Amino acid sequence: MEQPNLSYIQSMSGGNEEFEQKLIGIIKKEFPLEKQEYRGNISAGNYKLAASNVHKLKHKISILGLERSYEVAVNYEDSLIEHKTDGQEDFEAILQIMTDFLKTL
Amino acid sequence: MNCIIIDDEATARAIIAQLCTNIPELNVLEEFPNAIQAIKYLNQNEVDLIFLDIHMPDFTGFDFIETLKNPPKIVLTTSDPNFAIQAFEYDCIVDYLVKPIGLERFSKAIDKAKAVKSPTKTKAASDKVETSSGNDLYVNIDRRLIKIDIPSIYLVEAKGDYIHVKTEDKNYTVHSTLKKIEEKLPDSLFLKVHRSYIINVDKIIDIEDNSVLIKKDVIPVSRSNRPELMKRLNLL
Repeated sequence: MEQPNLSYIQSMSGGNEEFEQKLIGIIKKEFPLEKQEYRGNISAGNYKLAASNVHKLKHKISILGLERSYEVAVNYEDSLIEHKTDGQEDFEAILQIMTDFLKTL
Repeated sequence: MNCIIIDDEATARAIIAQLCTNIPELNVLEEFPNAIQAIKYLNQNEVDLIFLDIHMPDFTGFDFIETLKNPPKIVLTTSDPNFAIQAFEYDCIVDYLVKPIGLERFSKAIDKAKAVKSPTKTKAASDKVETSSGNDLYVNIDRRLIKIDIPSIYLVEAKGDYIHVKTEDKNYTVHSTLKKIEEKLPDSLFLKVHRSYIINVDKIIDIEDNSVLIKKDVIPVSRSNRPELMKRLNLL
């Protein structure tokens, strides 16, 4: 499975390491909350709200350079909108990879 | 160009703000996590450009644009490329950026914004009180903008930090001031008769001494406002 990276963050920071750290800090703070909200909505069967959560999480997936995972998330979001959970396991795996990666930063 | 950023995701706001630092002409005035807060800000301030997320809970970017009487230039920012066609229905939208946004693409969007002639600057969005057309007033209640037909309003009463707006069908309690709503109501129809009351002159049933009867409400008329009220009446 592909691994997260900081290429995008470094490319748009213009070498500003202070900003890079600030952005990583924001992601580390925001990501667990979004993940928690998503899981809550999935557990409650609120698939439309869960789709919105996935939509927001997609941005962080792309920020961390997970291009193929982004496509998985796009398809999963579409499934949730149709009240289906196809792709849930793959999406959970992506969340786990991101969680693990953020712990290393 | 003075700009604001509206996005419910803190990460996205931080990235756009950082991208703006690469463009000397851009001055980020404020960042907002939702459209309602931005509407309140725009009611008091002018901006040249808005970076606007589409996909936000409760109030989408397109809902936000619909509330603007004279929208400034808008660059949409979204993770969803499927809204591009809808975006072109709005003259104020100068570009459409799909996240994650790179510096090169961002710079192009700013070039486009600079090239487009500025629409009339907007000071007012639909804050708690703002007319979107001649007969409508939008009030902010529980983060929803609710439309009220202005001619149906017969009384506005100030109560502390709130105003009660009474209409033919329904009453609304809005966090606002009498002064603000007075500015939005047409002088031809409405008159402030007391420091706490604005009335719809067409709805007066009768006047007695220093009070007017409107529907079932007896409203005091202050001595200083009485001459103006009398002028407005078609006296026999």
